[in-house]
Amino acid sequence: MKSKSGVIVSVIFLVIMIIITYLPVAILTVYSFTDSTTIGVWNGFSLELYKDLFNDSQIMEALKNTIIIGVAASALAVILGTMASIGIHHLRKVPKMIMEGVNQITMVNADIVTAVGFMLLFLFVIVIPNEYVTLILAHTVICTPYVVMSVLPRLSQLNPNVYEAGLDLGASPLRAIITIILPQLLPGIVAGFALAFTISLDDFTISTLVSSSVDTIPRYLYNKLKVKGIMPVLRALSVLIMVAVMAALAAINIVSHRAEKKKIQMEKLIGR
Amino acid sequence: MKKLKLRFHRGYLAFPYMAVSIVFVIVPLILILIYAFTDASGAFSLESFNKFSDKGTWITMARSLIIAFLTTVLCLILAYPTALALTKIKASRRTVLLMVFILPMWINSLLRIYAVKLFFGDIAGMERGFMLTLIGMVYDFFPFMLLPIYTILTDMDKGVLEASADLGASPLETFLKVRLPLSVPGIVSGVLMVFMPTVSSFAVYDILGKDGGNAAFMDGKLFGNIVYTYFEKGYYNSGSALALALLVLILLSTVISNLITRGKTVKTGGTVS
Repeated sequence: MKSKSGVIVSVIFLVIMIIITYLPVAILTVYSFTDSTTIGVWNGFSLELYKDLFNDSQIMEALKNTIIIGVAASALAVILGTMASIGIHHLRKVPKMIMEGVNQITMVNADIVTAVGFMLLFLFVIVIPNEYVTLILAHTVICTPYVVMSVLPRLSQLNPNVYEAGLDLGASPLRAIITIILPQLLPGIVAGFALAFTISLDDFTISTLVSSSVDTIPRYLYNKLKVKGIMPVLRALSVLIMVAVMAALAAINIVSHRAEKKKIQMEKLIGR
Repeated sequence: MKKLKLRFHRGYLAFPYMAVSIVFVIVPLILILIYAFTDASGAFSLESFNKFSDKGTWITMARSLIIAFLTTVLCLILAYPTALALTKIKASRRTVLLMVFILPMWINSLLRIYAVKLFFGDIAGMERGFMLTLIGMVYDFFPFMLLPIYTILTDMDKGVLEASADLGASPLETFLKVRLPLSVPGIVSGVLMVFMPTVSSFAVYDILGKDGGNAAFMDGKLFGNIVYTYFEKGYYNSGSALALALLVLILLSTVISNLITRGKTVKTGGTVS
């Protein structure tokens, strides 16, 4: 049935699509290694833009904020989301459905609507003097659903008898959860953390509208890209962000791959 | 009995998240509702909805919907053949190729938009405006269309396609009468994942659109941009009314897509078994 020409046409089409997809990003990367202000004019290879980048105190400050807020929000989201997943898994049908529905709201909702909702909340209802705290809270809320999404499905794969056995052997519920359930959820938790971090790293809508003084890298980028005459240094910044994201993705893949391998080994051991 | 009552139940672990969801997810939505239906002094009023009798608002709304429609169609035209081509590739290589296509999803959308501006704007010499905005939108949302279509095409029962061929259907007939109808749920979720985000997106226009008052009809601001501007300038009531409209649109499209997807899965389940 499979025609060879069909496969060849498919391959050619895919190659063209990949080129179209990556051409703009490739050009951006190439032009980060020259200090010419106009794109299209090659001024010779130079690392000037990268030097400028690390000497820019505003960008470095934004980078620091991005990492602090991202790590803090993802960590909080992982704690809240993992607890919530174990809880939701053991709720009765109706509350379970409600919680799963509520969990979808921020994921389905438009960023701008979530952001203006937060803006009203933090301006008129919960006034927090520290904008760091506000941003960490807001990011925790948008990140947690992704943790739940990656942890919850794993719970239904677990053998419930092991937890019960732990209780029968005298472990307190808390201890049984920590020593029996959590280790088995670890791959999901790690994936959830990574997802949460990328969501936080991706956000400029909420950061821009909710905070007035704390700058993050995406917020900085958005404000600088809006204006005419984009600074060349943003090319270097963009490339570094892309490299960081790729590195993070590679790390997640390695971690989850190892975890999967370990799980298989463990299962073999138990089987014997 | 007492002992049973005090027993720890794992469902309790969901309580902190419930509390957080109520305060930080439900309350903000209620606030939008309240602000939409009150005036600056806090009294009940439908004044904010006067924005909708404003011609400018309707024009922006129409323009946003047109751009969202075009973006969705273009993404579909590009994503369906890509997904189809991917199914022809050996399974082991297919996953890597899929990764290549959805990798941009992980990169901040601002960077993708910036790259589009650099390439199509600075190198190809396109002016900021409608066309550049549209290209930016397609680049931004293409992976979201590809992923659901790819999933449904690779999960499709090969037997059904072969049966169609065995019964004498030409490849085109098999495609139109079997493969395409079976892939409708994937198309619907792809359309949903592209259409609504396009309507509410504001950064693409901010970076690629034409600013200034003398813009032609299709070059002007989008819906997301007005919501953003109102809140940025402190017009919380009018802004909330517009945000509420967006919220209703999102809710509607989610419900519609759920209905279509559910109906289809039941139907295909029936035909296959």
